[in-house]
Amino acid sequence: MSLLNSYRVCPGHWTLGPDIKGVWSRCLTPEDHHDTQVLMMPEMLLSHIDLSLRFLPMLCGVTAQMLEEGSTLLRRMEICVAEAEKRNGKNTVNMQETFTVYLVETRPMDAVAEGRNQAPDSLWRRYSEFELLRNYLLVTYPYIVVPPLPEKRAEFVWHKLSADNMDPDFVERRRVGLENFLLRVASHPVLSNDKILHHFLIEEHGWKEVVYETGFQAKADSRLRALSATFRVRNPDKRFMEMKHYSDELQSHTSQLLRARARVADRLYGVYKVHGNYGRVFSEWSAMEKEMGDGLQSAGHHMDAYAASIDDILEEEEHYADQLKEYLFYAEALRAVCRKHELTQFEFEMASQELVSKKQQHEELSTGIVRTFSFKGMTNKLFGQEAPEQREARLKLLEDLIAEGEEDVQEKTVECGEHVERAWVDMHRFKEQKDKDLREALINYAVMQISMCKKGIQMWSNAKECFLKM
Amino acid sequence: MSGQTFPADFSGHMLDLDEDDDLEVFSKNTSLADSSPMPNSPSSMVNQYRPEEEEEEEEQLQQQQGANDKDIFITVDNPESHVTAIETFIMYRVETKTTRGEYDSSEYEVLRRYQDFVWLRSKLEETHPTLIVHPLPEKFVMKGMVERFNNDFIETRRKALHRFLNKISEHPILSYSQHFKVFLTAQELLSHKKQGPGFLSRMGETVRAVANSVRGLRSRPEEFSLMQEYVEDFSNKIYSVDKVTQRIIKEQREYLDELKQYSPTYAQWAESEEELAEPLNGVASCVERCSKESDEQIHHMSEVLVPALHEYVLCTETLKAVMRRRDNIQAEFEAKNVALASRRADQESLQDEVDGLADRVELANNALRGDWSRWQNGMRSDLKSAFLSTAEKNVDYYEQCLAVWESFLLSQRVEPGEQRDGEDEPLPTHPIID
Repeated sequence: MSLLNSYRVCPGHWTLGPDIKGVWSRCLTPEDHHDTQVLMMPEMLLSHIDLSLRFLPMLCGVTAQMLEEGSTLLRRMEICVAEAEKRNGKNTVNMQETFTVYLVETRPMDAVAEGRNQAPDSLWRRYSEFELLRNYLLVTYPYIVVPPLPEKRAEFVWHKLSADNMDPDFVERRRVGLENFLLRVASHPVLSNDKILHHFLIEEHGWKEVVYETGFQAKADSRLRALSATFRVRNPDKRFMEMKHYSDELQSHTSQLLRARARVADRLYGVYKVHGNYGRVFSEWSAMEKEMGDGLQSAGHHMDAYAASIDDILEEEEHYADQLKEYLFYAEALRAVCRKHELTQFEFEMASQELVSKKQQHEELSTGIVRTFSFKGMTNKLFGQEAPEQREARLKLLEDLIAEGEEDVQEKTVECGEHVERAWVDMHRFKEQKDKDLREALINYAVMQISMCKKGIQMWSNAKECFLKM
Repeated sequence: MSGQTFPADFSGHMLDLDEDDDLEVFSKNTSLADSSPMPNSPSSMVNQYRPEEEEEEEEQLQQQQGANDKDIFITVDNPESHVTAIETFIMYRVETKTTRGEYDSSEYEVLRRYQDFVWLRSKLEETHPTLIVHPLPEKFVMKGMVERFNNDFIETRRKALHRFLNKISEHPILSYSQHFKVFLTAQELLSHKKQGPGFLSRMGETVRAVANSVRGLRSRPEEFSLMQEYVEDFSNKIYSVDKVTQRIIKEQREYLDELKQYSPTYAQWAESEEELAEPLNGVASCVERCSKESDEQIHHMSEVLVPALHEYVLCTETLKAVMRRRDNIQAEFEAKNVALASRRADQESLQDEVDGLADRVELANNALRGDWSRWQNGMRSDLKSAFLSTAEKNVDYYEQCLAVWESFLLSQRVEPGEQRDGEDEPLPTHPIID
């Protein structure tokens, strides 16, 4: 592939592309730093560190692009999730439990480039901490399609795969998935700046407290509010509605595909394994035959080899399934961005409506002309209007409310507009990423199929040679 | 054995046949369930020029080239339903083309039903109790609950009947049996069926056989004991191979079913995508084409390997029966021998009887001995060619699938070239955030 030529020779290391780097360098010019205090920690890092990404050809799917050699602005940081270990401890209800921790390693890239075998900084994180990080990102950047975590429980299992969270294969694939998550986040033009992310990578203890201190949980939108917005919003941006529809489609299609693939894998496993019985029977049979014996015996061995070959084949295919799963979960993140738009748009509409209603009330009260039916109006007609002082008071109140309301509408307009603008950019970025990644995944799948066919040809040609000797 | 001499210019006789018939018969022969299609090239005709003594060996050792020195060609086809007041049954057309002298004509066409085949086989076994007569397809098929007149069942049966007659015709002794000739030529088989030992006499024979076997043999010659052991073992093994093969086909069919559900998921997804639609549809079409190949591969296995294995499963019953009959013949002789030793009177006539039985034992043993190696060679070559064919088909299946996926890869390499080699379009950048 032509893409391979543009990779750096150093195996497994590739870096952000020039356009991303452009964003980076723009972000780092002094004028752009408004709140130096808040950014202090990351600023240190930013001036010295450029987040670079480990090349995982089959698994990561993160886009590989060339970075100019000898960039002076930033050094690079290598991130990986190296290991997994079992721990015992007490959980929130003070009961003993076993859980898995993952080792997150970081290392400045220039150390690697210079050949210094510097030990990486490392810390241990649980899956729940990754979840916390992600939840924080979701709330803090509602206009970003936040990369998903690997699944909490094994889904789309075919019979050989264990659905047990403690199963070593599951843990291994989860390790890889967590690494992929970190790399995606660290390569995102917006998310990679986040200080909580940096804390996560560097500070093992006390990180949770720092996250909670941001008060992000309070900022989270209540489900009820979000749902209500979905139903009651009047003029959502059409593009977002289309995107939301697309996210539903993406979710449904990928899950159907994954389900079907798992069933196919299950059946294929059966076909290969049953051939192993030939191995056993041929071997026994060969013992009692004179002329046929040798041919049968060796054919039997090839049948055994054929039966055994399916294990590796299907294990590789799991990586393909994982790539698809990532986008199954991405669909949800995409939908969340669209929903946030519905919410901001709805709140803007509500605020506008409130304002209009208040203005109307004001007009009625000041002109005495009743445009719309109201009890107050009716009672006024029946029982006579109120005293001028009361009227004045009410008018003043309304004027205050109107002023507030106008501010509110202004705020909500900005909020809504900003969300639309930023989200649209990220959704576009996401789309490009998705098209590229999934195309690569499909190509990988074809490569896997080809490899499987070649093995099959080999095995059966060998068997044919043996049968000829019969 | 084959007391027939093959004239040196035998091939001349072959070529004298009407060319079309020749070709027709050859193609029928090789296409219908005969798993060893040997090319009938001129060079292989050379075999017919061998001197007489070697012919027997030749025949025994190279069964698959039987098509070349054959002087009789039989086909079973055209199954048709016949309805009478009492029953409904299938009639098969049996067509014979031959150059043999003892046949009045060179072509025959008769209609036969399954019962007729059963009659023929039992007659052959009667006449040659220690020869290994190829088995017939089963009367019923229990598992799978196949309807008696289901098309697949009829076709499978027809092929097996065809193989049966051809196996008989290839047998150096059985093919010259009078019953065989009658079966192939008589328009009306019923009259012939009524001849021969009646039901009661056959019953008597059976009773004698049972009585003898109960008495037991004094000593079975070692070679036949070994044969017996082999038959036991072989019957277990071939049954296992048959079962494994059936299981493989079952698993493959289930795999194919899932595969058929799998490819549409790609196509459906493609409908909601823009850039991705093309590769997704590409994969969908690849999976579909691989499904077709898988279907063909399953079909091939069912047509070639399964019938071959199944026949040899049925053979084991034949072999066991042959061993039993040989034992009985020996037992009968031994019994009479004992009687001879004890009685003083009637010695002369008894002696004659005993001598006769002794001859019978020797004939039976010789016949079995000869046929045994012939059978073993036949088994080896039949199964070898069935396995070979299966392995070849599997290689072919993987090669086809390989080509399908490689062409997909090729299509993907061409397109992204334009996208990837050039500069990436600058993405809309994020506005600076407070």
